[in-house]
Amino acid sequence: MSGAEITCREVWLSRGGLEFAFDFSLAAGGAAALMGPSGSGKSTLLDLVAGFEAPGSGAILIGDRDVTQDAPARRPVSMVFQENNLFGHLDVFANVALGRSPSLSLDEREREDVNAAIARVGLNGKEKRLPATLSGGERQRVALARVLVRDRPVLLLDEPFAALGPALRADMIALVRELSTERGMTLMMATHHPEDAERIADTMLYLEAGTIAADGPVSTFFGPDMPEAFRRYVGTE
Amino acid sequence: MPAAVPFRGRVLPGALALGAIGLVMGGAAAGLIWEAGSDWSGAASAFDGYLVRVARFTLWQALLSTVLSVLPGIIVARALARLPAFPGRGAIVWLFGVPLALPAIVAALGVLALLGRAGIFADVLTALTGASWPGIYGLSGILVAHVFFNMPLAARMFLEAFNAIPADHRRLEAQLGMSSWSAWRLVEWPAVRAALPGVAMLVFMLCVTSFTVVLLLGGGPAATTLEVAIYQALRFDFDPGRAVVLTVVQLVLTGIIVAAAARLGAQVAGEAFLSVSGRAGLFTSGIEKTVNGVVLAAGFLFVAGPMVAIVLAGLNADLKRLLGEASVQEAAATSLVLAFLAASLSVLLSVSLVIARSALELRRDGLRSPGVLERMTDQGAALVLVIPPIVIGAGWFILLRQSGSGVFAVAPAMVVAVNAIMAMPFAMRAIRPAYDSASARHERLCAQLGISGIARLRLVDWPPLKRPLATAFAFAMALSLGDLGVIALFGSENVQTLPYLLLQRMSAYRTQDAAGIALMLGALCFALMMFADWASRRTR
Repeated sequence: MSGAEITCREVWLSRGGLEFAFDFSLAAGGAAALMGPSGSGKSTLLDLVAGFEAPGSGAILIGDRDVTQDAPARRPVSMVFQENNLFGHLDVFANVALGRSPSLSLDEREREDVNAAIARVGLNGKEKRLPATLSGGERQRVALARVLVRDRPVLLLDEPFAALGPALRADMIALVRELSTERGMTLMMATHHPEDAERIADTMLYLEAGTIAADGPVSTFFGPDMPEAFRRYVGTE
Repeated sequence: MPAAVPFRGRVLPGALALGAIGLVMGGAAAGLIWEAGSDWSGAASAFDGYLVRVARFTLWQALLSTVLSVLPGIIVARALARLPAFPGRGAIVWLFGVPLALPAIVAALGVLALLGRAGIFADVLTALTGASWPGIYGLSGILVAHVFFNMPLAARMFLEAFNAIPADHRRLEAQLGMSSWSAWRLVEWPAVRAALPGVAMLVFMLCVTSFTVVLLLGGGPAATTLEVAIYQALRFDFDPGRAVVLTVVQLVLTGIIVAAAARLGAQVAGEAFLSVSGRAGLFTSGIEKTVNGVVLAAGFLFVAGPMVAIVLAGLNADLKRLLGEASVQEAAATSLVLAFLAASLSVLLSVSLVIARSALELRRDGLRSPGVLERMTDQGAALVLVIPPIVIGAGWFILLRQSGSGVFAVAPAMVVAVNAIMAMPFAMRAIRPAYDSASARHERLCAQLGISGIARLRLVDWPPLKRPLATAFAFAMALSLGDLGVIALFGSENVQTLPYLLLQRMSAYRTQDAAGIALMLGALCFALMMFADWASRRTR
């Protein structure tokens, strides 16, 4: 499975007194970092692509397909949240297996796939553990293993490692980068940390007040031609 | 910091409140022990087939009521949870809160007005069954009334469990494409299972200790519970020995149930989830929406039916004449005064316990485990749920008779004291979170600025407590207004409350009068409950 292009065509949405407008496209296999102040619309944009929010007008395309009216399960998308990616009463194996079968009925080959994915994220031997017995980083690894068995062309990450320390965060970013390159997934990640964006993304989408205020190659954003709005947001030395 | 908390001034009132509760409970115990000690033969002869029958029926009707309330409660709660945009959903959730406000005697009358021998559905049921409809008495009547009270209660508690499912899990459910059945099995059932023992035990307990419903709808010895049997032994058979035995059996039963509940209530291990996203991502199929809509309509009709019947039957009565009757006016005045006093006392006791508990917790600074006094201020009020008002009333009834003083003269004091204590668990639930959170925020600041005593009470504690206090007061007053437990034992020609008068008119087959009084009483309690609800909303 390789990536798919993501397009938001004149998407408009009003939520809780705020208005959002998005119009952009991200090439197949690309990796975009979403940055911007709280409430600028990073999560809303991800929710629109994942199908948790429906736009008031406009269209969302993934690949060549218009998915605007599709339920979340029908979209070629996996999403990792900051918290609550796992069901606390299900063990690691079951939480990952849900990515293959939402009723947890798997045949032998599918079970092998699940075990392989768990091994790929470095959690072999922990299949029977409950989420409460795992560290924060390990829990997000389980969520990533589920992304692998779901095998969808688009991966969305909503500040997935915000609760982790710097070193652990760098490890996790590296892992996500590896996995998405292996599978050729198109990736969008919301983050507050410029260094995360630099490590993982080739494109930057900078949001302000519900819309994309600046975009371009990540190298530009961290080079001498840093856009003015972004400079204000990160604060420079 | 702990040293800065003016300790004695805050703990002493709480200790006194505990003492007062202890006195009421202790007096009842003294009466029971005195009677048992003075005449063993009476008590011993009470262990007979009748006792076994009554005990067995008490448990049987409670078990059936619990099953019939909890299972539909789960189904209705799930329908509510999965139809967040259903038209009238808010109204249904609101309606499900109303039975809490209705006195049992009013609800029992509503069930009779609907399904009784001369009820609204009597003709239809006669045509359907092919025989003259005998009216819904006995076990079926008790079950209908209990389910009327407890199904909505269970549904609301389960709805909270459903709502506590993290929104992210609902989003995962949608993204992974779970069917309705998979979502129930994997996402919802764990949340429901965690709430189930608590809800089931609460409903079971309420039905085991149900007095008024069984008194009005139970028919004869075949459908009598322990509480009604205690009442009959004291008021009709003048058989205190039997009453003591029945009371002890009742206490043992409720004790076992509470112990079992404590054991079952143990939490299922799980992650401490916090919900990040606010909006639930629920995607349900059209068929599921239709089925859930039908479930909600059925639940709505079941709960609204008796309420509508109360209003219709009440309006049929000669309300003008009733309002003009001296006995009605006197009963209403007595009811209001007693309920006002009971509510005041209840709030006073509750606040004392809440403040004392918080001060005791502050003093130990979270280091040691709570001491006996703190535990008692914490759990003391919950004792009321174990010891039903009828049991306390029965103990005092026997004590006062044994000691030769007038039983009926103390009726007002008994009604106020027992109703005040009975309302305490609810009052404390309203007051404690507000006080504790305010205390947590203000304690250091008050210590630093030296605000204490009356000034602190007026400037710091009162503003955030006002509305919770109003809620607790209105709730306690509504409970007390509608209570038939203690007054049924202690009522007389001289001291009558509205529920007591209602019972008398019913016993005299003056059904229309009873319906009229029920409407008045129901409307009063409903108004108080709406006020309590309004005040608590404004708090949040």
